Amino acid sequence: MEKHLFLAGHTACYGCGEALGARLVVDAAGPNIITTDATGCLEVFSSRWPQSAWAVPFIHSLFENSAAVASGIEVALRAMGRQEEAKVIAQGGDGGTADIGLQCLSGMLERGHDVLYVCYDNEAYMNTGVQRSGLTPYDSDTRTSPFGRASWGNRYRKKDMPAIAAAHGAPYIATASVAYPKDLQAKVKKALNIVGPKYLQVHVPCPLGWKSDPALTIKVAKLAVETGLYPIFEMENGVVTKVRKISSPKPVTEYLKLQGRFAHLFKKSGGEEEIKKIQQIADENIRKYGLLSETAAAKVSAEKE
Amino acid sequence: MKVILGGLAQPATSLANNTGTWRNFRPVYLQKACIDCKMCTIVCPEGCVYRVSEKKFTFNANYCKGCGMCAEECPVDDIEMIMEEK
Ligand SMILES: Cc1ncc(C[n+]2csc(CCOP(=O)(O)OP(=O)(O)O)c2C)c(N)n1
Ligand code: SF4
Ligand code: SF4
Ligand code: SF4
Ligand SMILES: [Mg+2]
Repeated sequence: MEKHLFLAGHTACYGCGEALGARLVVDAAGPNIITTDATGCLEVFSSRWPQSAWAVPFIHSLFENSAAVASGIEVALRAMGRQEEAKVIAQGGDGGTADIGLQCLSGMLERGHDVLYVCYDNEAYMNTGVQRSGLTPYDSDTRTSPFGRASWGNRYRKKDMPAIAAAHGAPYIATASVAYPKDLQAKVKKALNIVGPKYLQVHVPCPLGWKSDPALTIKVAKLAVETGLYPIFEMENGVVTKVRKISSPKPVTEYLKLQGRFAHLFKKSGGEEEIKKIQQIADENIRKYGLLSETAAAKVSAEKE
Repeated sequence: MKVILGGLAQPATSLANNTGTWRNFRPVYLQKACIDCKMCTIVCPEGCVYRVSEKKFTFNANYCKGCGMCAEECPVDDIEMIMEEK
């Protein structure tokens, strides 16, 4: 088999985007790293005692403290004068990052630790059976935001984690997706060459929680980007410096219809109005980050005239 | 009394776990139209696809879970999914 630093034999579900994301991240980072991880799917499927899928040092402590553990490791390396020997990567799911681990992450960013924090964003608390998190998208059906007679699913919009990280003055913040492995790996490498706290948020489909076909993991991830629902960008020293352009934005329905977590929007009457709201979210992202490529922008302005 | 506060595992030991037994479908690497793009090796969540020689790729059946991602992403449809026979 190819040489990887995250190995087969892990117990993630078929087609798990988070397993793919983690492998791409550590393979890009190389062997001289120390990793931490919050409790969650990645930790459970990669470190089923007495086995480990990690070919690099890996420490799991609690759900809420991946960033704090990583901060401690980074300080220890400096105290021993060994900071040249290993880079530190903290990892967590979206729940472990944007909700319960936010305080520890904030501390890490505030104190300026030389750590790359990677959030694997599968948009819910998957390991405990799909509960909503601060990064669950609008109208998504989860165990704690079920659709029903009086509900369209999750009533809140995704928390803007990159902006929260940026507000701490972190020198490098980026989003990425398993749909674009080269871009993701280039961002990991770039981040590790920047001194200080870095935040990377990777969109990773979860076939179980999203009720999507495992074979379509990459396709679904790509559509999130091509619709504008998951903007891919880099922020350096607080300003957006690069975005992945979209040549012709796809309607959000193309993304939504592949996932059971949005199926109610197509079945329940009134769903069209909800889909319009989701389209608005995509359109706002496209405007806010300037996602349209020049040809696409020209087409849009021609249509308006 | 001795209190054990954590668990230690040796690195790179998950290979002992043959997740291939989970498989309902298996990929068939046709090795006919392959253009050596490596997409199959990149997208496999198990990291169990590898290059045998020029324009010939295959997978390790001990770990492949049969998700179908490699077949879906192969740009020249050189990978097929078939029902697993046990
Ligand atoms: C303090 C604490 N609260 C709750 C849990 C239970 N718990 C374990 S994993 C998890 C969900 C993890 O969700 P996320 O961080 O999004 O990672 P995912 O599993 O989705 O990859 C929860 C709620 C816990 N382990 N510790
Ligand atoms: S529940 Fe989702 S994130 Fe967890 S292992 Fe399964 S596919 Fe991966
Ligand atoms: S079917 Fe899935 S697990 Fe099997 S080789 Fe292809 S991508 Fe890997
Ligand atoms: S994805 Fe298809 S074309 Fe590309 S290397 Fe694999 S088998 Fe060959
Ligand atoms: Mg999650």
